[in-house]
Amino acid sequence: MTTRGIGAPIKRNEDPRLLRGLGSFVDDVEPPGCLHAAILRGPYGHARIRSIDASRAREMPGVHAVYTAADLGPLNQPAPLVVPHPSLTHGRTQRPLAVDKVVFIGEAVAMVVADSRYLAEDAIEQIDVDWEPLPAIVDFTQAAEPGRPLVHDDVPENVAARFTQVVGDPDSAFAQAAHIFRERLHVERSCGSPIEARGVVAVYDRRQGSLQVWDSTQAPLTIKNGLAAMLGLPELKVEVIAPDVGGGFGTKILMFFPEEVLVPWAAMQLGRPVKWTEDRREHFISASQERGQLHETEIAVDAEGRILGIRDSLIHDSGAYTPYGMVTPLITATQLPGPYKVPNYRSEITVVYTNTVSVTPYRGAGRPHACFVMERMIDRIARELDLEPNEVRRRNFVQPEDMPWDVGLPFQDGAPTRYDSGDYPAGLALAEQMIDLPAFRAQQAEARKAGRYLGIGFAAYVEGTGIGPYEGAHVRIDPSGNVFCATGVTSQGQGHETSFAQIVASELGCDPSDVTVVTGDTARFGWGAGTYASRALVTAGNAIQVASAKVREKVVSLAARLLEVNPDDVELVDGTARVAGAPDRALTLGALATAANPIRYAYDKSAAEAALRLVKPRAGAVLEPGEEPGLEARGYFAPERATWASGQHAAIVEVDPATGDLEILRYVAVHDCGTLVNPVIVEGQMHGGIAQGIGGAFYERLIYDETGQLVNASFMDFLLPTAMEIPALEVGHLETPSPLNPLGVKGAGEAGSIPVPALFAEAIEDALQPLGVRIAEMPLSPTRLWELIHELPGPS
Amino acid sequence: MRAVSRVAISLTVNGQPHRRSVEPRLLLTDFLRHELGLTGTHVGCEHGVCGACTVLLDDEPVRACLMLAVQANECAITTVEGLAPSSDQLHPLQEAFWEAHGLQCGFCTPGILISMVALLRENPRPTDEEIRTGLAGNLCRCTGYQNIVKAVRLAADRLADAPGLPLSRARERMSAKPIFAPRSGAGGEG
Repeated sequence: MTTRGIGAPIKRNEDPRLLRGLGSFVDDVEPPGCLHAAILRGPYGHARIRSIDASRAREMPGVHAVYTAADLGPLNQPAPLVVPHPSLTHGRTQRPLAVDKVVFIGEAVAMVVADSRYLAEDAIEQIDVDWEPLPAIVDFTQAAEPGRPLVHDDVPENVAARFTQVVGDPDSAFAQAAHIFRERLHVERSCGSPIEARGVVAVYDRRQGSLQVWDSTQAPLTIKNGLAAMLGLPELKVEVIAPDVGGGFGTKILMFFPEEVLVPWAAMQLGRPVKWTEDRREHFISASQERGQLHETEIAVDAEGRILGIRDSLIHDSGAYTPYGMVTPLITATQLPGPYKVPNYRSEITVVYTNTVSVTPYRGAGRPHACFVMERMIDRIARELDLEPNEVRRRNFVQPEDMPWDVGLPFQDGAPTRYDSGDYPAGLALAEQMIDLPAFRAQQAEARKAGRYLGIGFAAYVEGTGIGPYEGAHVRIDPSGNVFCATGVTSQGQGHETSFAQIVASELGCDPSDVTVVTGDTARFGWGAGTYASRALVTAGNAIQVASAKVREKVVSLAARLLEVNPDDVELVDGTARVAGAPDRALTLGALATAANPIRYAYDKSAAEAALRLVKPRAGAVLEPGEEPGLEARGYFAPERATWASGQHAAIVEVDPATGDLEILRYVAVHDCGTLVNPVIVEGQMHGGIAQGIGGAFYERLIYDETGQLVNASFMDFLLPTAMEIPALEVGHLETPSPLNPLGVKGAGEAGSIPVPALFAEAIEDALQPLGVRIAEMPLSPTRLWELIHELPGPS
Repeated sequence: MRAVSRVAISLTVNGQPHRRSVEPRLLLTDFLRHELGLTGTHVGCEHGVCGACTVLLDDEPVRACLMLAVQANECAITTVEGLAPSSDQLHPLQEAFWEAHGLQCGFCTPGILISMVALLRENPRPTDEEIRTGLAGNLCRCTGYQNIVKAVRLAADRLADAPGLPLSRARERMSAKPIFAPRSGAGGEG
C-alpha cells in the first residue's frame, strides 16, 4: 500500500480547477442558443388563483413561451411520494405548476422562457393573476387544532400522519420511577442555504431523440429515471449531470423540484436549450427547509438517575407538502434515545401541514431536534439530582460491550435501529480531557466573582449513516496508466474525487492523483441512488473498493502470466505490477492495460512496447469464451443496515446578560466515523457541520408572518454565521471501524450539526445558573436570550 | 415595449482589453460570466452579502453583483481566473488553500481568494482575528472558515518571506476614477 492511500491526509484532486475558477457549476454551462427561464411564484402563503392572463407576456419581444398549469397537460401531475409509509394517510406532493391555489409562498405558478433572464423576468411582471388571498395556517403547533385554515382542502385538521411506536412497557416503567420530569421543547425552522442555489440546464437533441440535463442535484440518477418515465424517453436517452455542486446539505435532493421537470420539458417543446438559475430570494421561498418540531417529553428515572423510560409526543412541521413522507420525524423518533439505554419508550408523531415552504431533510435530518430533546432531559435529571450532566451521561451510556445495541425500533430504511460499534464513554472522556473540565470549573468560579457568566456544555449523539439500498462503481485502467473511476453518487464539496481515489489507489498500488473520479454523471455510471444520509463513502466507497479489488485480481493474473510467475508473487507498487523481491521485473499498469486489449494500438509508446514485447501470439480467437478485454470491473455494495457514527462535543461560552450576546470561547468535538479515509477531509466535514449547527442554534431562524410571508428571505435578514461568529474548532478522532462493511467506514457528513443546539442549551444554562434561566427552545438569538434572561414571553 | 439602447464600454479584464456594447442594466457579474465566459466569478445572493462575486476593480475588492457592467467602463478588473501566473502554476494564496484544505464545494472560493488578495495587500501580516474580520464579508457554508483562516495565514507567512510574489495582476490601471467606496471588510453589507 502506498502512504497516500486510505488514511492519508492528502491534498484534494479537485482543488486546482476550483481554485482557478475552472469549476463547472450548473450556471457555468451555457449551450449555444440557450434560452432562459424565469418562474412566477405565488405572492401569498395561501391564495386561490381565480384566473391567469399571460397574453401580454406572450406578446413581448424575446419571449418564446409562457407556460401555466393549463399548458402542461398530463405533465402537471403531483410529484411521486418517494418514501411511502402506512401511517402517512394524507400524503400530498407538489405539481410542477400550481392548479387553482397556492399553498405556500413561492409556489410555482407560471414559467416564462425568453432570450435572456432579463427579458424573462420582464415578462413575469406582465402576467396578470387574479388572486384571492385565503387565511393561512403558519404556526405548526396550532395546525391540527379544530377550525384552523386547511392547507389542503381534503386533509382534515391538516394532519398528514399520526404514528405511535412503543418499546418495552413505558407505562409500567413510569409507575415504578423514583422521579418523573417533563419538558416542552420547541425547535424552529431553518434551511441549508448552500451558497450556490439550485439550477437546471436542458438540451434536447431532436435528431438523436436524446435529452441532456445539468442539474444542481444530489441525486441525478433518480432525476434521470424519473424524467425518462415522465417524458416518455428511453432511460439511456436521458443523461443527467450534477457537475460541481456548490453545497447541498440535503436541500438539493427532491423528486422533483418543479424546475427539474419544467426546464427539460420546455427544452423539448421549444427545440432549444433552456436554462434556469435560482436566485437567492427564490431559494428562500421555494427550496426545501427543515427543523420545526414541538416535543412534549417526559422521562422516568430511578433514584440514581438511570433512565427507566421516555414518553415523547412530537408535532412535526412538514410545510405545504410531504415529499419525503415520514422520513424526518421517523429519524427524530428512532434517534431520540441517542447513545443512552432507554429500555421503555413511547413515541407519538403527528405530522402537520402549514402554509410554509415544504420540509425535507437538511443536514442532521431530524437528529439535532432529537439530540436537543434527549440532552435537555439529561440536564434536567442532573439538575434535579444534583449531579454533573456528564455523570448522568455515563450512568446511561450504551457501553462498548453492549454492541450491537438494539434501540427496538425500525430505522428509516426499515432495518432494525441497531448500533454496530462505538465507544461513547471513551469519546466523552476525551472531550472532557480536551476541554479540561476541572480547570474550567475553577475558571468559571473566578469569572463569576468578577461578574462574568461563563458556562460549559456537553452533548453526545449517535448518527445512523450509510443506509442502502446500494451504490456501484466502475473502475478501469487506461493504457496511459491512469485509472478511471465512476460512481452514481454526487459530490457537493465532500472531496469524493480524492477519498474515492484513495480507495482505488490503495487497492491498485498507484497514486491517488493518477485516479480520475467522476461522480454525478449518469452517462458514466447508471446505477445507484445519490448522496444523502451521510451515505456516499459507506455505500459508494465500498462499491469502489469491490470494483478495485476485481481489477486488482485481473492485473495480478495478467502480470503473473506475462512475467511467468505465480500470482502470489506479484505485488502492486508505484503504479506497477512487479515480482516481489525482484523490483526490476515490473510492468506498468499502462502496459498491462494495453496488453489486456487484443487491439493493442500504440497510444502510449512505452506501454505498447512493453505489451507487444511480452504478449505472445496465440492461435484462434483473441478472447476466450467469457473473457473480457481490458482491465476494468464494476462493483456494488448494499449495506444490510445503517452503520452508527457517534460523537461528543463540548463548548465553553460567555453570555452577556446585558445584551443577550454569546461568545464561544472554546469548542471541542470528538467524532468517531470508523476508518478515516482522509482525516483532513473528515475534519473539514466536522468543521462545516459544527458551523451550520452554530448557525442553527444561535443565528438562523426563518420567520413567517401569519399570512405565510417569509419576512427574512435574504442573507441580510437570515444570518448565516461569518468567520467572526465561528470560533477555532478543536477536533479529536476516535476510530471504531464498522463491522458492517469491508472498509470499516461510517458516514461523516451530517454529524457536526447534530449536537450543537443541545450543547448550547446546556452551556447557556450553566453560564446563567445564578439567574436560573431555562432553555427550552432553539434557535436562540441575542434578542431572544435577552428576553429569557429578563423573563419575557417568547413565541409559543 | 421600450427599445433597449446599448452602451459601448471598454475595460481590461485580467490584463486583456475588451470592447463591448452592452445593455445599461447588465450586471457586471453577468457580463463577466456570460459575455466574457469568465465563469469563475460566482453569484450566490445577488444582494451583496455572500461575497462569492467579489472581483478587484482597479485593485479594490467590489461585489460584481452590485455593479452594472457600464460602471466598469475604463476600469481594470481582476477575476479569479487572473490570479494564477500560468496554467501550471498557482498563485501563492491558491497554493495555500490547496495545502490547507481551505475549500470544499469551491463555490465561495473565488470571491474569498479575491478578498484575501486585497486583505494581504493592505495588511501583509494579519493576525487570525484580522483574517477573520477580513473574511466576514464572505459567506462559506462548507468549511466553518477553519481552514480558510489557516490557508490565509500560511499564504501570509510565505509571502512575507518572499515579497516578490504577486498579489495582483491588475497592475496597469486604465483610470483611477472611483466607482463605489470599497468594502471595508468588516461585516456584511446592506
